[in-house]
Amino acid sequence: MPEKVYAGTAVTVNDEGFFTEPGQWREEMTSELAREYGIERLTEQHWQVVKHMRYQYEQNGTGPNVRALARSSGVTIKELYQLFPKGPAKLAARIAGIPKPRGCI
Amino acid sequence: MERRIVILGGGTGGTSVANRLRRKLGDDARITVVDRDDRHVYQPGLLLVPFGLAVPEKIVRPRQQQLRDGVDYRCGAVDRVDVDDRHVQLLDGTVLGYDVLVIASGTRLVPEETEGLHGPGWHETVHTFYDLDGATALASALPTFDGGHLVVNVVDMPIKCPVAPLEFCFLADWYLRDRGIRDRVRLTYVTPLDGAFTKPVATRTLAGLLEEKGIELVTEFNTGQVDGEAGRLVSFDERTVEFDLAVVVPVHSGEEYVGRSPGLGDELDFVPTDESTLQSKVRPDIFVIGDAAAIPTSKAGSVAHFEGEVLVDNVVRHLAGEPLASRFDGHTNCFVETGFGKAMLIDFNYDTEPLPGRFPSRVGLPLLRESRLNHLGKLMFQSFYWRALLPGRSIPGITAAMPRTGKDFDALTGASRQ
Repeated sequence: MPEKVYAGTAVTVNDEGFFTEPGQWREEMTSELAREYGIERLTEQHWQVVKHMRYQYEQNGTGPNVRALARSSGVTIKELYQLFPKGPAKLAARIAGIPKPRGCI
Repeated sequence: MERRIVILGGGTGGTSVANRLRRKLGDDARITVVDRDDRHVYQPGLLLVPFGLAVPEKIVRPRQQQLRDGVDYRCGAVDRVDVDDRHVQLLDGTVLGYDVLVIASGTRLVPEETEGLHGPGWHETVHTFYDLDGATALASALPTFDGGHLVVNVVDMPIKCPVAPLEFCFLADWYLRDRGIRDRVRLTYVTPLDGAFTKPVATRTLAGLLEEKGIELVTEFNTGQVDGEAGRLVSFDERTVEFDLAVVVPVHSGEEYVGRSPGLGDELDFVPTDESTLQSKVRPDIFVIGDAAAIPTSKAGSVAHFEGEVLVDNVVRHLAGEPLASRFDGHTNCFVETGFGKAMLIDFNYDTEPLPGRFPSRVGLPLLRESRLNHLGKLMFQSFYWRALLPGRSIPGITAAMPRTGKDFDALTGASRQ
């Protein structure tokens, strides 16, 4: 597993950049993670989504897909794409330090 | 004392479970199946209707006829479930109390969630084959399609039978070649996934097959708008795919009554369920089978069939006050039609992705490989569905537990000889 350093702490991620051990994530890593994925500045709305993603993971053992994320966070799908271009659920999951949302197969 | 079991939904899961429970419990339980209509559609047939390979009337039978004597059938729409007072309220005002509730109401199409999908061009240039009306309309439209860009688009996951849109592409390729116009048609599969399928080994095989047949693949396309007049799909990240004819798989949700019932469903109106015991996470007296369950399996009839064995055992144990002992491993089994009289077979569960090999053992149908034998299997399946699967009979040699013998686990490391 590749190792990465965020906020001075080493963490393990998989080949797609998702944390393999969500317990290693800290809030102070968020800005650095966001920059890595092309988001220069995290707004309050970004934070709201990231925290919500994290909460959903802790409740359900998986992050929601984009439609469920929109329903449960109150941020519309369009807004989610503006905040996290090209795949909000996956991008927000990477920044929130949780595994890839378990898509239904 | 007679126990009351109410089953919401008379589809694949609800019907087979009702029949299994009746056989197991006899007169010790009053079993009631509720559905809003009396039309049971053999859903795998919907894929074949647009190509004239199945006739709409032949894939529909009355729901009531599929139920054993002694199972009550009630035709009515559910208003809501009161999980605290253990009763179901129907829209006509009827109240059904239960000791155990089985939710088997599947999933529904919600095209209205996608901007423009139900707008100009619906059933003209924009179609779906995911319901009987849609499949029938497409059967009329396809013969008049003489060339241009045919786009098959999955709007979002989860959907019923995730391989069906791929099968549609393969069958369309065959159909167009048969008509001698394949060279006049550009055929594209547009998916929100990052590959042709969800799991790596099957994705490689299926993507290879798309390429072999000259079918283009557009991935990570999250459709935000369908413009039937302009002939254009627009994604939320503002990419466009133009089409002359679009075959769209609309967004799926759970049933509306789930959303109307406080505490019963999740954001998409599916019911949170223990993926192993199939007991709901809502209340111990509610069990969930098939597409209605928020568990990480395919929404497919085979899943409901395999779940049935586990669920019935656990319902009986629950009624007897015993701990739940049966465990579902996520077993899924699907034929994938690839055209020209051939099909693939995939077999997998929560832990094992679809792999090459043979099913159900080293001697059997080829897995993840095109063969005529698999196509024959798919054809035979329809009669098996009505005669064995819905009556809730087990299949000799094929159990709810996914077989490991016959699978080529080396394929996971790329060391497969195939």
